[in-house]
Order: sequence, then C-alpha cells, then structure tokens
Amino acid sequence: MNTSSANLKKIVIEPVTRVEGHGKVTILLDEKNKVHQARLHVVEFRGFERFVLGRPYWEMPVLVQRLCGICPVSHHLAAAKAMDIVVGVDKLTPTAEKMRRLMHYGQTFQSHSLHFFHLCSPDLLFGFDADPAIRNVIGVAQKFPDLAVQGVMMRKYGQEVIKVTAGKKIHGTGAIPGGINKNLSIEERDVLLREIDQMVAWAQGALKVAKDYSVENLEKVIPFGSFESNHLSLIREDGAMDLYHGNLRAIDAQGNKIFDQVDYQNYLDYINEEVRDYSYMKFPFIKALGTQDGWYRVGPLARVNTADFIDTPLAEAARKEFMAVTDGKPNNLTLAYHWARMIENLHAIEKIQDLLNDPDLQGKGLVVKGERRGEGVGLIEAPRGTLFHHYRVDENDQVTMANLIVSTTNNNEPMNRAVQKVAMDHLDGAPEITEGLLNHIEVAIRAYDPCLSCATHAMGQMPLEVSLIDCEGKLIDKKSNR
Amino acid sequence: MTKILLIGYGNPGRLDDGLGPALAEAVAQLNLPGLTVDSDYQLTVEDAAAVAEHDLVIFADASINGEEPFFYREIFPKGGLSFSSHSVEPEAVLAMAADLFGAATRGYALGIRGYLFDEFGERLSERARGNLASALDFLIPLLKKRLSEPCQHPSIL
Repeated sequence: MNTSSANLKKIVIEPVTRVEGHGKVTILLDEKNKVHQARLHVVEFRGFERFVLGRPYWEMPVLVQRLCGICPVSHHLAAAKAMDIVVGVDKLTPTAEKMRRLMHYGQTFQSHSLHFFHLCSPDLLFGFDADPAIRNVIGVAQKFPDLAVQGVMMRKYGQEVIKVTAGKKIHGTGAIPGGINKNLSIEERDVLLREIDQMVAWAQGALKVAKDYSVENLEKVIPFGSFESNHLSLIREDGAMDLYHGNLRAIDAQGNKIFDQVDYQNYLDYINEEVRDYSYMKFPFIKALGTQDGWYRVGPLARVNTADFIDTPLAEAARKEFMAVTDGKPNNLTLAYHWARMIENLHAIEKIQDLLNDPDLQGKGLVVKGERRGEGVGLIEAPRGTLFHHYRVDENDQVTMANLIVSTTNNNEPMNRAVQKVAMDHLDGAPEITEGLLNHIEVAIRAYDPCLSCATHAMGQMPLEVSLIDCEGKLIDKKSNR
Repeated sequence: MTKILLIGYGNPGRLDDGLGPALAEAVAQLNLPGLTVDSDYQLTVEDAAAVAEHDLVIFADASINGEEPFFYREIFPKGGLSFSSHSVEPEAVLAMAADLFGAATRGYALGIRGYLFDEFGERLSERARGNLASALDFLIPLLKKRLSEPCQHPSIL
C-alpha cells in the first residue's frame, strides 16, 4: 500500500455493492483528517488481449462474449464491426445493419432497465441513507411492486430481442464478419410487436421517475460527486445520437468541440491510455489535451451532452427537457446519469419499435464480402459508454494484436473524481468510515454503472471495500456493505 | 406432472466457471418431458418470471470452495444484502418470484466444485470434469423420478 506521503491517512473502501466486478476504494487523509486523495482501485488482472492472440479472426465476435456476463452483446457487436473492416466490408446490407441495430437496442434496453430498477431505483425511492436491508430491489418489490414487475418485464423483453437476433443468450452468433447470419422472421417480429406499446409506456414511466427525482432534488443532485469534464461519444454524421455507429465527437465542459466527426479507425491519433501504478485499469485521455486535462466521461450522460438531437420523438422531447436544466450547456452532474440513461432507454425502445415495422428485417441479403485487410477497429456505444475493439490479423488469419478499451475504463478518471468529491463532502473531520460515507461512495460509483469485472477482464463476485489509512500508513478503519 | 426448471449458469470462457452451463447442456440433450433447461452467464432478475412458472427450480453453478464433488441443498427466498451486481443470487430470484409473481416455487442449489477460475479458457479442469460427471450421475435419475410423479408440491428433490 502506497502511503509514503508524510502526514497523510488513507481510507480504503471495498467492496462496492451493486457494481460489477471487484472494486476497492482507498481514501488518503492528511494529518487534519481532510481528504487528500481518493482512488478507486481495480484489483483483478488483465489478460483477455493475450487470450485471443493466435485465434482465427472470425472467432472474435463469439469469443469476446466470454469477457464477462454483463454485456456480451456489446463485445459481440464491437468485435464484429472490427472484423467487418478486416474482411474488407465498409457497408453492410440493410438487413444486416438493421438486425445488428435491433440486437444492440435490445441490449441497451435490457441493460438500462436493469440498472435503473435493480441498482438505481432503491437509492432514489428510499433515499441514500436508508437501511441497506431495505434499500435494494427486494425492498422495491415489496413497496413498489408494480414498478418492480415493470423492471423485470422490460429486462425480459430486451433479452427476447437479443435472443431472436443473436440466436441465443450464451455465445450468440448473430453478427459475423461482413454481416449477420439470420434475419427476423415474421413470427419473431409479431411476438415482439405484441408488447411493444406496453414497453414504450413503461419506458416513459421510468423516465418520469428519474426526471422527477432529479428536478425535485436538485439541491442534492447538483453537488453530489459532480465536477466539470470533457465528454466523448460516437455521433452520427448529422449530429444525431447514434448508439450503433458513427464518428467520434469530444466536447469540453462548456460544450466546445475538441474534435468532431473523427473516423474511429484513427482513434489512436486522438486517444491514448495512461497506466498508473495503483490500478490495473488504464486511464484513457484525449492526446491533444494530455493526461491532466484530457480525461473524459462516456456513457448516457456524455451521449446526451454530445448529441445535437435524438432522432426519435419521445426521447428528443425528453432530451430538450434535460438540456433546458443547464440552458443547453453540457450537464456535468454525476447523478444526472440516471436521467440521461432513461432518456436513452426510451430512445432504444422507440428504435426497436421502428425497426420491427421495417420490412428490411425480413430481407435475404445477409453478408457482404470484400478484400481482406490486416487491421480493423470496431466501436460501439455500449450501455455503459464507448467501447473500442482493435485487432491486427496476419496472413494466416490469426489475431496478432488486440486492444480493447471498455466503457468502464473510459470512465476510470471520472469515477475516481466522483469518489474523491463524495469523500471530501462526507468524511472531512471524522477519520472513520460511517454507513453514510459508504452509501454515498457506492451511489456515486453506481451512477456510472461500471462493470469492473469487464474492465479488468475477470469474472467473479462484485465486492466493494473501503479502508482508511492514516498518515503513517496504518489502517485505521475498513468496512464493506457485504 | 411436476414442472421443473434447471438453470445452469456461469461463463464457459473462464475455465471451471463453465460447469453450470456444461451440466445444463448435458441434461438438455436428454429432452426429459416436463423439464425446462436454461443456460446463461449469470442469474438475473427476469429469471424470476421463468421460475414462477415452475414447481421446482434447480440452480446449477460452479462452486469455488464448496464440498467435493458437489453439494445439493434446498434454498429459500432471501433478499436484502444478497444483491451485489447486475447478477443476482438464487435465493433472491426465489424471493422475487414470490414477491412479484406470487409463486411458491421450491428451489435447490447444485454447486459443482471447480478449481480453475482465474484465467481465460474454454475447458474444464480434469477434476472439475470428474465432479461434473458425479453431479450428472446424481441429478439425472433424480429428475427422471421426480418428473414421472404427479406434482404434490415436492420436497424430496
């Protein structure tokens, strides 16, 4: 443990409940018991990039789903997009692209719904300081049963969309290099159409819960773990939000463009990753701004901030309401992630509705072929944020290099900042880990919906622990919620 | 006839973590009438809806430090602090099936002891394979027996 700084104390928090993977938080105090520094550690290992070396490129869209069980579809599609480039395909057939989009919106819908109802709503409905024995999804089920059933059924609907597009829940094979291996049958379409209006209505209801909480609790929302940041996402050529494909746009905290419409095949010219000794998770940053100023947020908040508009009517109306709170400037509030996430959830189900009524999904043109290339990059806006897959493939069709920047890694620095802000607001003056401190740190991290098991390329239980180390390197407190 | 749901879960790309899906795959091949077999990376909240449609559910998972070659025991609905991530514990799935759908589904946990979890790889260790075989030898006759009997809200599984 690094406690070399004189006259500093350190608090370590682990595990963060209701966040994926294994996380540990350490808070370093000075001799006056004020927060000097807070860090979110990730304690697992990286290894996936090595695991795929030597494997044939066409295996990647299936193989990468083993990264973790939380968002296999996002990895499946990002790898498939990279391999489209490798097989020389720059444009898919309409059927293939729309099937992939349907799969992706299904993934977004189930993931956002699950996060909101399962992980976020207990905090919003019961309050951050409520007893953890009540402040969980079972508590929601008992006190707000209709809401809990909606959450389960929305998640189930999204999973059904994935099943009919990816083929199955484990090791889906829907997307292949250059296209897709099945279209959507009329029967599959009609099953999904039967419930679509209900899903749209429920998504609107969830959005209202998130919006009302944010608006009615602005005094609490504004300072909570908040800070100004850059924001990065894919963006469509006309500036619309696009979760499946586009070019890169980065803006600063005031909304000024840092770069725009960057072809992500060239992402290495714009994005770099810093390694720090206390975490296996890297810290990406915008090259032009450097490590100190170049870090950025990704995910729902960043995407709503970067988009000029959303191309579905209900979500666009919600976006306008959201942006009005900050007079059209980027929203830099950590807790605003929840509201933004529910705007995207509504957008996703609206897109599913549009796609289900599109006859291209019953088309026969599934795969396109091209001239083999040696390298490909695939990006997608995964539920948690921008996901980068980059591969090099040799003349024997074997993968020789893989670089993945997962969504949670992109949010590494913002999560650290959020933890530090919360720690400063809730710890100073008392060198102990109170229940309130633990809860508030968890709430701050959860807003980003991190998948630490994915970010560190490891599966397992998700614990979070917090430890307090004094200025002489001595552990003075350690607590977890498990 | 008793309606039974078997859910084998885990990540087949993480060595012995794939024991649950491997068991599910082996049992599914038998096509036993009245048995629904599902497989996933993890348990999630929507599993509660499927559980509620069955009389019995068996959750099959790899066990990191449980008894060898496997353990099998009844579990009961339990919420609260067992929730830790997007995935949920079997007891919590039962609790949600009861609270949200009024189900009285009985639940059993089948934990097959595994040994290798910390690397990527699509294979089971030799010892894990042996434990999987033992678990199948135990479970398949039990399933056949139970499925052949009329449902009387079972307690013998």
